[in-house]
Amino acid sequence: MLGRRGSLWFLAVPPYLWLIALFLMPLGVVAAISLLPGSGRIDFSGGWPSLNQYQQVLETPAYLRRLGISVGMAFVIAASATILAYPIAYFLAFRARQRATIFLVLLLVPFASSYLLRVMAWKLLLGREGAINWVLTSVGLVKEPVGLLVYSQAAVVITLVYVWIPFAALPIYAALQRVDRSHLEAAADLGAGPWTRFGRITIPLSLPGVLATFFMVFIPTVGEYVTPSLVGGIDGLMYGNLIQDFFTRAGNWPLGSAMAVLMLLAVLILVTLALRLVDLRRVAP
Amino acid sequence: MSAGSEVRRPSSAVGVGRTRVPLGLAYALMIVFLYLPIGVLFVFSFSTNKNLRFPIQGYTIDWYAQIFQNEQLLTAARNSLVVGFLAATVATGLGLAAGIAVVRFRFAGRGLLLALAGAPLVVPFIMLAVALFLLFNLLDVPRSLVTIAAGHSVIALPYAALILLSRLIGLDPALEDAAMDLGASYPTTLRRIVIPLLGPSLLSAWLTCFIVSFDEVALAVFLAGRDQTFPVFLYGQLRFAQTLPVMIAMAVLLMVGTVALTLVAFAIRSRSE
Repeated sequence: MLGRRGSLWFLAVPPYLWLIALFLMPLGVVAAISLLPGSGRIDFSGGWPSLNQYQQVLETPAYLRRLGISVGMAFVIAASATILAYPIAYFLAFRARQRATIFLVLLLVPFASSYLLRVMAWKLLLGREGAINWVLTSVGLVKEPVGLLVYSQAAVVITLVYVWIPFAALPIYAALQRVDRSHLEAAADLGAGPWTRFGRITIPLSLPGVLATFFMVFIPTVGEYVTPSLVGGIDGLMYGNLIQDFFTRAGNWPLGSAMAVLMLLAVLILVTLALRLVDLRRVAP
Repeated sequence: MSAGSEVRRPSSAVGVGRTRVPLGLAYALMIVFLYLPIGVLFVFSFSTNKNLRFPIQGYTIDWYAQIFQNEQLLTAARNSLVVGFLAATVATGLGLAAGIAVVRFRFAGRGLLLALAGAPLVVPFIMLAVALFLLFNLLDVPRSLVTIAAGHSVIALPYAALILLSRLIGLDPALEDAAMDLGASYPTTLRRIVIPLLGPSLLSAWLTCFIVSFDEVALAVFLAGRDQTFPVFLYGQLRFAQTLPVMIAMAVLLMVGTVALTLVAFAIRSRSE
């Protein structure tokens, strides 16, 4: 008969092995391949490890520029989604009362619908002969269809903000629900108005949720390649599209690997810096 | 809005006055913003237009009828079901094991397991896609539905672990102690007490993982062999104008399915809590 302690092995080991084999090990493989000297076959016998690939990336301004643009776009997208989701989450947590569940479900349904379909919807809206141009011209606001709305950086930003908003509301909603209502009442008794209470109590207490939201949108967005390839045109291409290209058309795995590793490093550095800037221990309840 | 717009109301039952910000209106506008694009596409899926162009010339259900004549499309949808089933089952099983280990035991690698189970959420998908692509190449594992499912099990695991963790924390450990005092082994206790109590959460976790996998494209594009899942197939076809209307019709049809599943998962969870 298996005791409680003995069972621990059967519980902890499978998830450990699975995540080591299919998460940590593959990340190690990317790192190893990024240190290959040449772009040809995967061959670890000669000249490994080498920083050739990293040198090549760092010496190509176009790659670094694209990384900078992608980080910037991800920042704008994550910040917009977070800011737009905050009032919605606030409404659900403080105003919706017993109807909060149904309102939450209503918000989440679009998130459960197909991702590609939502991207296509924006292509349909923003196209030269799309819905927005059609409405504008038939109402008579513009004579000629407005030039390309789709196939731009703006189209990528709008589409991804749209895609992320419902998801962004979730961590903020959870954080707002945890805000102790008695703090607000105490502040009110001491004469603080609604805006003071919001600024001095609600915002600081919900800040961990806000930060969580920001990063849960920011991190996947930095590496986004599907949406840019559909609505981004050439201007809206992101760093992820370059990486994808090196693994498909260009067929240069070592260089693509180095670019992927640099992206992950950039993300980790930014996250660490941000967490240091906003001392979580001071704002967390 | 300035501080001048503040209102001080006499303390009500809630005891706290409110600002005049029309949050209900903001919510309503957001819902319109979220549903409008999907609605437009839904209407468009019944149009006779062959291109993504407005205005709509006429209405038809032809595209929906054509779905059932498109063998490739049906195969891709079937593949998605298989991948989703495998990924959700593995992710839920591992999430359950990890959840019980983390909540009920104190051991050396506990914090690391918790961090590792959540880590796939904070790595950009393309990084994981490239990583698994290279791993399978290095190990000479041919890309197939199984490799897609393996990738999806990793990204779905954090969702399963989160859902099950929050339920396990609320579960009284005394129930397990009682079962063991009465002579049950720990595995029996898990099978007869813990898993039945977790039932609805397990189903909800499984459905969530299934939906995560069913809709995923960024990872699947890298891990698909000749057999494609529906999102991979759709992504490949989106450049070809002539198949676009059928693709949109199929996507709308599947969307109705995933939305229904999500509502079921949500209902199960809110009832069990």
